Amino acid sequence: MARAVTTKRKTLTTALAWAIGLLIFFPILWTILTSFKTEAQAIANPPIFLNFDWTLENYAIVQERSDYMRFLWNSVILAGGSTLLGIIIAVPAAWSMAFVPSKRTKDILLWMLSTKMLPAVGVLYPIYLLFIELGLLDSRAGLVIVLMLINLPIIVWMLYTYFREIPGEILEAARMDGATLKEELLYILTPMAIPGIASTVLLNFILAWNEAFWTLNLTAVDAAPLTAFIASYSSPEGLFFAKLSAASTMAIAPILILGWFSQKQLVRGLTFGAVK
Amino acid sequence: MGRIQLKDVTKSFGDVQVIPPLNLTIEDGEFTVFVGPSGCGKSTLLRLIAGLEDITSGVIEINGEDATDVVPARRGLAMVFQSYALYPHMSVRKNIAFPLRMAKMGQDEIDKRVTAAAEVLNLTDYLDRRPGQLSGGQRQRVAIGRAIVREPAAFLFDEPLSNLDAALRVGMRMEISELHKKLDTTMIYVTHDQVEAMTMADKIVVLQAGNIEQVGSPLELYQRPRNTFVAGFIGSPKMNLISGAEAAKYDAATIGIRPEHIDLSETEGPWKGVVGVSEHLGSDTFFHIQCDFSDEPLTVRASGELTLEYGATVHLTPRAEYLHRFDAEGLRIE
Repeated sequence: MARAVTTKRKTLTTALAWAIGLLIFFPILWTILTSFKTEAQAIANPPIFLNFDWTLENYAIVQERSDYMRFLWNSVILAGGSTLLGIIIAVPAAWSMAFVPSKRTKDILLWMLSTKMLPAVGVLYPIYLLFIELGLLDSRAGLVIVLMLINLPIIVWMLYTYFREIPGEILEAARMDGATLKEELLYILTPMAIPGIASTVLLNFILAWNEAFWTLNLTAVDAAPLTAFIASYSSPEGLFFAKLSAASTMAIAPILILGWFSQKQLVRGLTFGAVK
Repeated sequence: MGRIQLKDVTKSFGDVQVIPPLNLTIEDGEFTVFVGPSGCGKSTLLRLIAGLEDITSGVIEINGEDATDVVPARRGLAMVFQSYALYPHMSVRKNIAFPLRMAKMGQDEIDKRVTAAAEVLNLTDYLDRRPGQLSGGQRQRVAIGRAIVREPAAFLFDEPLSNLDAALRVGMRMEISELHKKLDTTMIYVTHDQVEAMTMADKIVVLQAGNIEQVGSPLELYQRPRNTFVAGFIGSPKMNLISGAEAAKYDAATIGIRPEHIDLSETEGPWKGVVGVSEHLGSDTFFHIQCDFSDEPLTVRASGELTLEYGATVHLTPRAEYLHRFDAEGLRIE
């Protein structure tokens, strides 16, 4: 009897999970489908689900009108560069917070996180002016720095959580064995925290890849990543849903594939510490 | 060479002073054991010598040179931790080689030393395993291997055996003692177990609340404890400590007599008591005997053959030459 109830419940929760999953995925699916329609079919009412004339012409037009590879390359550099830079800065920071905490460590962690509560648009003007002053506008270097700073609190928080799981005695053993601080971080702490660092890298790569506010406002041509590529298709000359969808699909495809293959790492990364 | 000297060393955590001014000299080649109840500061003292904690004031000298502000890596000391603290992502070989790699030693020399250490410690077959695949005793040996390869000025052991089961502990105790005889290097060993201290040490340092209660060889401490704390702490089972009117008869505030220094008789003796619990160990029997002058029962050792009934009345005679006398402050009266 009890077993029957459990099975019923299991079926129900599975169905519910699938329903929620599909609901969340539906906009992405719709975007992908629309990218294969003609412009007329894209705005047809009632909407057409599957029985339309499948076409690749939107992709051809998008590729012809703008150089996808250049945007893609910028996205890779911005997301990769900001994540790498963030990790390099965050590892020592998280090390000191996890292993030599002071009375204020908790406060600093909270303060760092609080910067994420500030509406980005509130500091757009000063940062824009700073970028003009420093000649960083529409430069990859400038964007790498801004994206790194935006994600740094999250990187430090995640690494801090991982490092806390590593017994301090092992680091002390390394110190007794003659390791300098650099060697201790390089040969002991980092290899031991590799799974944690990997999830942190993945999550922050995705966050930086999807970041649209700063990339749209601080770039024009040279440093413009895929977010700008998508935005260029919602233009005042009229809405071209099919082409916009094709551009969006091209922009999210790399990160979607990356996410698909690293699901396990990501889930582990996000729930680490919660389920010990 | 490994002579370690502590001069007026103190340690405070915030406002709490855990080590009051302390002076201690550990001679080259000596096996010194820090022993005391938990929280007595023995591990802190070891960590101060290692450099893992900074001292609040005073001077630490290693081989006559001031090492107070020297980082742990440069003190030339090796440490074996209670949790073994092996590097889980490295093989046994790499674990043992790590301090040599840090010392920028050549690969040939590293291989030679790792092989030699593995042979001494019976680890040759396990060199390519990860620490996670080893038993507790094997991990302990890897930790010791990592310490011996670099030929340090002194070894520091922080309760290295407390994670092992009883049988293994006795075996490892012997191995460490043997290693000390072979290497002839200074060893400082922290334990809360007075049996480990008695069996392994050349010199025992008894600590309580950060204070050194007594320093001496195991037999010195056993035969001439400086105060009631050491008297009660060293020796198993504990020394019987009696205060009050019975002690006054001996011109002392407290008298102490070890279980093996009391003669038992069914007919005569100055102390009359009632037999309580008997512990039969085979070779010996320990009787707990309640005398009217003492709140706690006295422990008396007798031969293994002797049996006494629960509740029987017996007479005890302390051997005068083994009686310890202590004054009102608990200090020994000669």
